[in-house]
Amino acid sequence: MKNVKSRVLAGTALTGALALALTACGSDAVKQDETPDATGSATAPESSESAAAGSIAGAGASSQEKAMGGWIATLASVAPDLTVTYEAVGSGGGREQFLSGGVQFAGTDAPLKEEELTAAADRCYGGEALELPLYISPIAVVYNLPGVDAEHINMSGELIAKIFNGDIKNWNDPAIAAENEGVELPDLAIIPVNRSDESGTTENFTEYLAAASNGAWTHEASGDWPISGTQSGNGTSGLIDTVTGAEGAIGYADASRAGDLGTVALKVGESYVPFSAEAAAKVVDASPRAADATDKRLVVELDRTTTEAGAYPLVLISYSVACSVYETSEDATNVKAFLNYVASTEGQTVASAADVAGSAPISDALRTEVVAAINSITSK
Amino acid sequence: MDVGTEQYAAPASTQQAETPAAGTPAQPQRSAAEAPRGEGSSFVSAGGRKAGSALGARWFEYLSTAAGLTILVILAAVAGFLIYKAWPAIVASPEELNKISWFKADNLLDYVAPLIFGTLLASLLALLVAVPLSVGIALFISHYSPRKLAGPLGYVIDLLAAIPSVVYGLWGALWLAPVLDPVFKWMTSALGFIPLFEGYQAPAKNILTASLVLAVMILPIITAVAREVFLQTPRLHEEAALALGATRWELVRMAVIPFGRSGVVSASMLGLGRALGETMAVLMILSPGTLFSFFLLKPGQHQTIAANIAAKFPEASGLSVSTLIATGLALFVITLAVNMLARWIIARRSEFSGAN
Repeated sequence: MKNVKSRVLAGTALTGALALALTACGSDAVKQDETPDATGSATAPESSESAAAGSIAGAGASSQEKAMGGWIATLASVAPDLTVTYEAVGSGGGREQFLSGGVQFAGTDAPLKEEELTAAADRCYGGEALELPLYISPIAVVYNLPGVDAEHINMSGELIAKIFNGDIKNWNDPAIAAENEGVELPDLAIIPVNRSDESGTTENFTEYLAAASNGAWTHEASGDWPISGTQSGNGTSGLIDTVTGAEGAIGYADASRAGDLGTVALKVGESYVPFSAEAAAKVVDASPRAADATDKRLVVELDRTTTEAGAYPLVLISYSVACSVYETSEDATNVKAFLNYVASTEGQTVASAADVAGSAPISDALRTEVVAAINSITSK
Repeated sequence: MDVGTEQYAAPASTQQAETPAAGTPAQPQRSAAEAPRGEGSSFVSAGGRKAGSALGARWFEYLSTAAGLTILVILAAVAGFLIYKAWPAIVASPEELNKISWFKADNLLDYVAPLIFGTLLASLLALLVAVPLSVGIALFISHYSPRKLAGPLGYVIDLLAAIPSVVYGLWGALWLAPVLDPVFKWMTSALGFIPLFEGYQAPAKNILTASLVLAVMILPIITAVAREVFLQTPRLHEEAALALGATRWELVRMAVIPFGRSGVVSASMLGLGRALGETMAVLMILSPGTLFSFFLLKPGQHQTIAANIAAKFPEASGLSVSTLIATGLALFVITLAVNMLARWIIARRSEFSGAN
């Protein structure tokens, strides 16, 4: 799978380079043709208004990297002449590059901060930044207990918090048994495993623990694991390897990477909900918007303590950030075309494939809002 | 005696074939001095150089001087780059540094100190394992093994050096860690009363596993240098020892080891240098932590500078990059110090050693 991915990426990169070279030649030719009767600001020919062509670049969250890879690789079906690149430099780096004008769009796990919104107005020629929740990914709490044949172990947020902060040390603890009647749990030490690198997954997981553990989790939400002296893995694959490496280990990871490991069903209201794409999309719809959200900035304030039946509150949302106003109509058209593809049913299905990103497709209601925001993009 | 001469003639010729390739500058004088022994005939001797074209000689002098200067320029450029890039972090106030999400220390020094500790601990543990093993292998190749075996064995050892570190990392994380698991379990249950071995937690992603992999990685360079040094033991010393009726072990103990000691020390320092800077293997094996701890089997206690940079750099920007580069500067200084120490040890014993 890895090979396939890197081949696809290499292919994309190559196509990108070629397309860049080609468009460079193309625009030169256009300029030469137009110079005689150009009137100051040269406008692109009419044809490119309607059809996306050329290239745009994005940068940002690594959580979106795989989904972006999938979108970029399949974009050709709707916009064969458009080339998109995405560099996973991290959310902060992506926002920085976007605000400085280095890239046309960014991916970020955290919404823009207040001072960044001010900077965005400058960068967007008086417009504003669009923040679109286009990547919703359920995070699974995974465990390595080969002897347990129950499909899922049930846990409340409080129980998970106590396991990860070391209050509950053994799988046969009565607190776990109380939530799992009829499941025989072994006498085995629990080994909590966390990400050793800073990550959006950790940030969302700790945010969930802080909100949904009834005070059992005393640390603040952060992308860096707050407890030292723990077993940990570098990156999602490192974490999965570590959990796989020891019986009794428990960790958290992007749900699509859980593989053969067991996954925990989270307590929501009075029932237990295992992760699924629908359950993840549901919590996003059930959550309120942030106080300063607009019809262009669709920032969701995830409700980690939701009691909505069938909603899975442990999800990661990664936003696509774009400008409402671009300098050239070419950029505006291209960004519009790409984001429309990403938001489309087709685009969301591509990303939800287990071998791409395993994300949860956004609901139709959310799509309507997102598409309206995307279509408001113009050039100055 | 005949047997002895023949036996040692072989290593001598091996060495002759290898040293020109290694380009050791001190070699021509040595072979010229020892010409009566029949060596050095294939070498460009001092006389031969004079006889060559004066113009060519001058050009070669310029070229080699330029090459030598390039090294200095590169080193200075690296040092300059590190200081320049690290400067914002060095002069930043603790408040600014604390804005970095993973920066949980009072100041830069407090942040770097546990990393330096982890780096040194991992490297020294690796040396502790690798040096005795390497010396054993080197002695076996130079003085014990049948000639038919010595060649291939040396080749295999050199081959170990050619394996990329990421492969060692994979090997350590996926193969060695599960193998060590029962061993560590036993150590913590039987020897757990010693704090060093207390509190093992599976999987074996602790500093001892990392050090063992590092030990394998630095094995080739230490072995190769030690072997070369042992092979250069003056034959007169060896023959004298044999003539006095020494056994093979006594020969090694009285003639070879005293002669090779400084060489072994410098070989160890070269290995230490490599272990200090090793990144991928540590990154893939260790569950990192930033504590000053001697618990060798507990996870999340130590981290090395290089692995820390590799783990944090992909998502770093601005001041956090400077902070990481500042830790890199610390590593640069340590490595430099280690290498200078090695040079000094070699220089101190240079009259004996042909390895400098």
